[in-house]
Amino acid sequence: MSGTKKSPWIIHYDGSSCNGCDIEVLAALTPLYDAERFGVINTGNPKHADIFVVTGAINEQNKNVVKQIYDQMLEPKIVVACGACACGGGVYRECYNVSGGVDQVIPVDAYVSGCAIKPESLFDAIVAGVEILEQKRQALKKSNKAKPNISTKDKA
Amino acid sequence: MDIMLILCIAFAIVFVLLAPFVGAIISGIDRKVTAKMQGRVGPKILQPIYDVLKLLGKESATVNPAQDFFVLLYLIFVVIAGIIFFSGLDFLLCVLIITLASLFLIIAAYSSRSPFAELGAQREILQVMCYEPMILIMAVGLFMANGAFNIYDLFNAQLPIIVYLPLIFIGFIFVLTIKVRKSPFDISMSHHAHQELVRGVTTEISGRSLAYIEISHWYETVLFLGWVAMFFIFCNPLVSAILCVASVIVVYFLEILIDNNFARVKWQSMLKYSWIVALLFGGVNILVLMVL
Ligand code: SF4
Repeated sequence: MSGTKKSPWIIHYDGSSCNGCDIEVLAALTPLYDAERFGVINTGNPKHADIFVVTGAINEQNKNVVKQIYDQMLEPKIVVACGACACGGGVYRECYNVSGGVDQVIPVDAYVSGCAIKPESLFDAIVAGVEILEQKRQALKKSNKAKPNISTKDKA
Repeated sequence: MDIMLILCIAFAIVFVLLAPFVGAIISGIDRKVTAKMQGRVGPKILQPIYDVLKLLGKESATVNPAQDFFVLLYLIFVVIAGIIFFSGLDFLLCVLIITLASLFLIIAAYSSRSPFAELGAQREILQVMCYEPMILIMAVGLFMANGAFNIYDLFNAQLPIIVYLPLIFIGFIFVLTIKVRKSPFDISMSHHAHQELVRGVTTEISGRSLAYIEISHWYETVLFLGWVAMFFIFCNPLVSAILCVASVIVVYFLEILIDNNFARVKWQSMLKYSWIVALLFGGVNILVLMVL
């Protein structure tokens, strides 16, 4: 038995965005939507988190920040890109310093569509994400040395 | 005496095996009640167990081997303190060993050299200094009311020690908030989603070691609630059992209520209030006992 599916702790980072998705992620944590009923805790510490929730696009300045946070997280871990900006740059796509979506710097496991996203669709992504998390955990168990490389991409 | 020894060992084994489950369920109920107080549905009662199982399955990555070792020592010493208490032995020794356990946690946090963990460790030291006077006064009070530091002597008493130590009990409930890491005194390491200093003492501790800290916390909760129950033990087993269970439920509910109604304070206020309470409630109670 493992608790991986029942205890997804998240860390949230907001990149180059209008803050719309950022606020929707926070809305998902409020009593109205109550993410904790799925065991979700907003940790704020990459070393404790399982799911990296990124909103907003990647630009030259936050590239390294996103990479750093991702590298500090322990396997098994997944990345959820939230909103049009995080998926592919959105309205900022053609801007001079924007490199595009989150998948330009780190592997993304689930994409949440919308501008802005809805808290409900974020939950869908997290519920789909924990399945990938569980697969990664089993892969990790099998090959305890090599990092698992599962390229499952779920559209949520 | 032989029967005493067997009983002691039996209680110790029951504690080691059962306390984590009881602690986990208490912590699950805590989170559920907290959620209800905030108008949420809240997680499942078994959520703390899922969390720990998940943490045990994480990749192992540590800042340095010393940290893992000290975290393990923390767990071991918390368990030893619990064994001493629940097998009815010396309360004073139990207090000393639980303090030693927190020292190992502090060293573990310091060993990472991370600014957040270091600040957390400093605050943890302050917390230890805040609750220690009251706990010591409580031990002295126990000796004066009971005639010994041993817990099993309480079972021969005519009256529960709460009769002699009502003020000390109130003071103890005050510092219990620090011990179980509840708001307003959760300044070194907070619970669930209340963030402070990223995660304070546990910032650099992850995976398996973090799971050990959670398990130690379950043991600690059971031990401290045991300290609450200690005030209500006397020669009548049935009545004391009812009083113990009732007091533990009421006190823990009070802790949850306090947790949800107070904002975190600065360490200066924590130090001031906890020492004032210790001197006032503890000191007056001891003085009255000395005069009587
Ligand atoms: S996807 Fe839309 S709402 Fe979300 S951050 Fe980008 S522009 Fe804002």
